Amino acid sequence: MTVNPTPASATPEGGHLLELRDLHVEFRTNEGVARVINGVSYHLDAGETLAVLGESGSGKSVTAQAIMGILDTPPAFVRSGQILYKGEDLLTRSEEQRRQVRGKEIAMIFQDALSALNPVFPVGWQIGETLRQRAGMSRADARRRAVELMDLVKIPGAAKRIGDYPHQFSGGMRQRVMIAMALALDPKVLIADEPTTALDVTVQAQIMDLLADLRRELNMAMILITHDLGVVAGVADRIAVMYAGRIVEHADVRSLYKAPAHPYTKGLLESIPRLDVRGQELSTIKGLPPNLMRIPSGCPFHPRCPYVQQVCVDEVPHDLVLGDGRTSACHFAQEVRDDSVAR
Amino acid sequence: MFRYILRRLLQMVLAFFGTTLIVYALTFAGQGDPIQALAGERPVTPAQRAYLTEKYNLDQTGVGGFFYRYFDYVKDLLQGNLGESLTGRSIGDILQQAWPVTVRLALIALAVAIIFGVTAGVLAGIRRASIFDNSTLVLTLLVLGIPTIVLAPLAQYFLGVKWQLFPPTAGSDPTFYALLLPGIVLGSLSLATALRLTRASVAENLRADYVRTARSKGLVKRRIVVVHVLRNSLIPVVTFLGVELGNLMSGAIITEGVFNIPGVGFNLFRGIRTEDGPLVVGIVSVLVVVYLVSNLVVDVLYAVLDPRIRYE
Repeated sequence: MTVNPTPASATPEGGHLLELRDLHVEFRTNEGVARVINGVSYHLDAGETLAVLGESGSGKSVTAQAIMGILDTPPAFVRSGQILYKGEDLLTRSEEQRRQVRGKEIAMIFQDALSALNPVFPVGWQIGETLRQRAGMSRADARRRAVELMDLVKIPGAAKRIGDYPHQFSGGMRQRVMIAMALALDPKVLIADEPTTALDVTVQAQIMDLLADLRRELNMAMILITHDLGVVAGVADRIAVMYAGRIVEHADVRSLYKAPAHPYTKGLLESIPRLDVRGQELSTIKGLPPNLMRIPSGCPFHPRCPYVQQVCVDEVPHDLVLGDGRTSACHFAQEVRDDSVAR
Repeated sequence: MFRYILRRLLQMVLAFFGTTLIVYALTFAGQGDPIQALAGERPVTPAQRAYLTEKYNLDQTGVGGFFYRYFDYVKDLLQGNLGESLTGRSIGDILQQAWPVTVRLALIALAVAIIFGVTAGVLAGIRRASIFDNSTLVLTLLVLGIPTIVLAPLAQYFLGVKWQLFPPTAGSDPTFYALLLPGIVLGSLSLATALRLTRASVAENLRADYVRTARSKGLVKRRIVVVHVLRNSLIPVVTFLGVELGNLMSGAIITEGVFNIPGVGFNLFRGIRTEDGPLVVGIVSVLVVVYLVSNLVVDVLYAVLDPRIRYE
């Protein structure tokens, strides 16, 4: 039984805030063509948080950059698919129209705030730049609003620190500056691309709490990109797990943690160190993520999968609907889930 | 920052005395008979010899005598007296005439490097691997590969003599127009380096993470390049041009020689050729100061341009 989780007949009116349909992105390099995104479909509704989970190279950041329209072309090309925002396909819009969407409708924060902020301009100037350039604010108004935004993200002594440069902030404070900058134009969607990866563990928690609070206060929708399952649990409503440029499993947080229905997700969950099973060797997923220029036939996960059968080598698995909006792109999704429950 | 500048100034005093000492030693210590060197091929009478020995304190011999004369020289130097050349002219006067010419030549050369080098570098950096980028690469490699001693006479012959677009030589009181061709020749090397440097810097910064951030803010492309990328890309370029201005100010021996421009390099070369020790030492002492000051200015400028640089 194969069913597409997002039927192509979905109407814009009743549709989602943001919806990706069968997105394909490839990188054309001198060494060959890397198929980085291979038919990604997911959706985001107003006010919810979707976590996109996956190893590095699984295509989660590229998907986000495709939504923002900030892929470097060349080498990256969107080959096919749709990115519907409020029912309109962004991919058919002009560059100027897409620019209007960036920051104002959909904003993004990045992993390493030190390199993501311009080193030679004060942070207040950089936050204010968005307001001056995009909202036509005067220099003084933009400055005042920048202080408010820095207060909003809880930077102590915001008014005094507005003239400081990025390198004068700690890692956590720098990420707060990034967040303040992304919130400047009241976006409806915030894409957070590994926002805590470069930070200390204690600071990670603070930033995640801040993001969750702000999302609630400002009633935004959020796409949280991460490879860290621990980060996801407390914040996200739904999880989409990516592997080799595909969504392999898609579920609400609770059911996914309780019973993963894809061997890859299962492997990820089992590779988290646990306090209650001390003394055992930590299980890992054997092998390496695939080379995107030579993605394995059939299910791209089959060389690493403990459930592998001949059908996995021959046939690409379609999304199997498991109820409650859950899908899993595995020929043996049912078995894997039942296995997980039994455990 | 203030303390840094103070410390640098103190270091400059040491560097100044060190270099003048070395130059003084190299120029005079090796001479067998300074009086004969002064007279050249002509015979020296005992009366002249006695007068000159007295005048230049040559009766003091050995290392002690050398330092005696060196300190004597430095004493005069600190009072602003550069002494006289062997031809009897005041070195201060010579420099007063030569320097403005060299400064004008240097500014023309620098302007050429900035206007053409930096502009072309920015364009080549933005349009990486385009026809424009590749042709500037070939041209700059060509310019960098040809030494001035070849380039200057070629330019003089073709542009000055054969096609008569520019005056082939400058003469004693050169006009701006007469300095234009030598300025372009002198600036071509800085131009080529500035172009390569700008191109690499722009290309690198265009790939920087903060550019991605600027795009995600929805800024127009023009602003991203002109404000964000250029401000960062020009830091190394400005530093290079500052050092280059210091170099250019100290005169260009070959270019000034070929085009017969009475600048600092021209006089320095004459001093070396005629074994005019006082002239060489006098000019080099001043050049040392120019070079030290321009380097300090560049370092301070670097801190102004890049807020991450802090001097303690």
